[in-house]
Amino acid sequence: MKLHEFQAKQVLRTYGVPTPEGFPVSDAASARDAAEKLGGRVVLKAQIHAGGRGKGGGVKLAGSPAEAERQAAAMLGMTLVTHQTGPQGRLVKRLLVEEQLPIAREIYLGITLDRSARRPVLMASAQGGVEIEEVAARDPAAILREHLSGPLLHAFQARRLAFALGIRGDAFRPAVAAMRALAKAYDETDASLAEVNPFVLTEDGRAVALDAKLDIDDNSLFRHAELARLRDLDEEEPLETDAINHGLNYIKLDGNVGCMVNGAGLAMATMDIIQHAGGMPANFLDVGGGASKDQVKNGFRIILSDPSVRSILINIFGGILKVDVLAEGIVAAAKELAISVPMVLRLEGTNVEEGRRILADSGLDFIVASDMKEAARQAVARAA
Amino acid sequence: MSILVDETTRVAVQGLGRAGRFHAEQCIRFGARVVAGVHPGRGGGTDLGFPVYNTMREAVQQQRPDASMIFVPASGAADAILEAVESEIRLVACITEGIPARDMVTVAAALDGSRTRLVGPNCPGVISPGKCKFGIMPGHIHRAGAVGVVSRSGTLTYEAVGQLSNLGIGQSTCIGIGGDPIIGTSFVDVLDLFERDPGTAGIVMIGEIGGTAEEEAAEFAKSRVTKPIVGLIAGATAPPGRRMGHAGAIISGGKGTAAEKQAAMKAAGIAMAPTPADIGSTLATLL
Repeated sequence: MKLHEFQAKQVLRTYGVPTPEGFPVSDAASARDAAEKLGGRVVLKAQIHAGGRGKGGGVKLAGSPAEAERQAAAMLGMTLVTHQTGPQGRLVKRLLVEEQLPIAREIYLGITLDRSARRPVLMASAQGGVEIEEVAARDPAAILREHLSGPLLHAFQARRLAFALGIRGDAFRPAVAAMRALAKAYDETDASLAEVNPFVLTEDGRAVALDAKLDIDDNSLFRHAELARLRDLDEEEPLETDAINHGLNYIKLDGNVGCMVNGAGLAMATMDIIQHAGGMPANFLDVGGGASKDQVKNGFRIILSDPSVRSILINIFGGILKVDVLAEGIVAAAKELAISVPMVLRLEGTNVEEGRRILADSGLDFIVASDMKEAARQAVARAA
Repeated sequence: MSILVDETTRVAVQGLGRAGRFHAEQCIRFGARVVAGVHPGRGGGTDLGFPVYNTMREAVQQQRPDASMIFVPASGAADAILEAVESEIRLVACITEGIPARDMVTVAAALDGSRTRLVGPNCPGVISPGKCKFGIMPGHIHRAGAVGVVSRSGTLTYEAVGQLSNLGIGQSTCIGIGGDPIIGTSFVDVLDLFERDPGTAGIVMIGEIGGTAEEEAAEFAKSRVTKPIVGLIAGATAPPGRRMGHAGAIISGGKGTAAEKQAAMKAAGIAMAPTPADIGSTLATLL
């Protein structure tokens, strides 16, 4: 789950990561008030779940409260397009109004899971403000790394990073403290990513998170009710959210063969074989291990809400999932939703005989394929 | 022969909810010796013909299981793994999906230097057909034989096994290592075990996009595996970057695409199946 910048900063502040003074606002008059409180010279930052805001016009400077109000009026309600939003862009509903800081240096800090080391790693680079992917591609040696031991970034590790980054003078101690606070925040919020880019050193010796990104591990939300409340559904693909709410994993794609598959690996393999058969998948949909009748029905509903779907391929190899339960779900859903597009089924696994009998007895016109290749061929032929 | 589990394996089941009970029963049907259940609060009775204990320690004292299957819900699954590690259970398969990554960091640290091998989490488990079903895979699709199967995906493992069995090719052992970012047993671990197993003559290895586990396995296979391997990478046509976080791709040095994995595996002499439907037929040409 992604948080907005202003939410991420609120969370990081509680762990002792310094951030600029600022206020989230959703109307221009409040932007003026905020600028007055902050001494007049402010920065206005559009709050959307996508990076690259600066280049798209989502970050503006204002020299006075009146200018802040004018800028805010122009930004609120705009559709911001960045390289991460896609061409449709995102509606700006909220701004973060912050004090301007006397910036001396910009540094990159980011913590995420290192799969191979099976521990989180803090990455740092002296090239702050640049996306870490760019640094990795251009100059991989410029990325410094320290693995967290258990939940902690030790003081000596933070010092080692600070020295290597060339941090000296008044900013040294606050920078070390901020790195350790960021690690604590990453750990205690069950984050999958905690990124501060840039982390700035100011001319007056402060170390401040000028920007902040915090992604929370969805699997941990059961123990973070206070973070789960920060979810902004407007920032998510409605169909994908709809799917998550029904225990499904759906990703919309550009083709016309709808897919319903159990298991992520088999779902990807099904997409691959549809392309091999000359077609294009309309979606990725993993109904997971325990697909109930309701999940299957919602799966169909979500697949069919994409108007480009011309046929549906159902590929189920049951393990946890019992094929007879799935078949009942398919029949009930097909009747209830009066599905008119051709459905090609390929079913194997636990209780497969009962499953096939339920389909045969349903009176509905299912195309039953004997294997994956045949199923893909049939589904692609019917979508053409 | 086979690896990890066979007819002598003494199986415990942690978590006897609906899924745990259903699969314990299926495992018994396909030859597993289930000797104990562990379910806090339900100790003292029996279920499905085996005794149930409140703690793994009691189960070990009374029944000496050497392997445990975990069906505990995600919020408590890592704790169940730690309990099995503390009791020095030789092999643990954690079936549960959705365990927070942070909990698995703790588990990974506990596994280092322990006597336990963890398979999974978020995996189907392990089966040595005809000897022991230690997981949630449908038993009836397997047949005993000499091909080892290892995969990150559960259902794609079944797909590969189904193709092999339909061609009359049996399996020594089939393992789903799990699709989570942190897992206990890697492709390299399993390739090493298959290479040493006199009962395994050929290997099927099924990977997915993301991470670098397949590249590491290819590197290992090149120098250390003499048996023929058939490979497949799922997700060649998946859109990039959908589940990978902003900084997540960096650690692997920008790796993780299907093309890179396929190239690494081909370079290691692994025979790549042209489509997911050709795993069995490709292997048949090698034996």
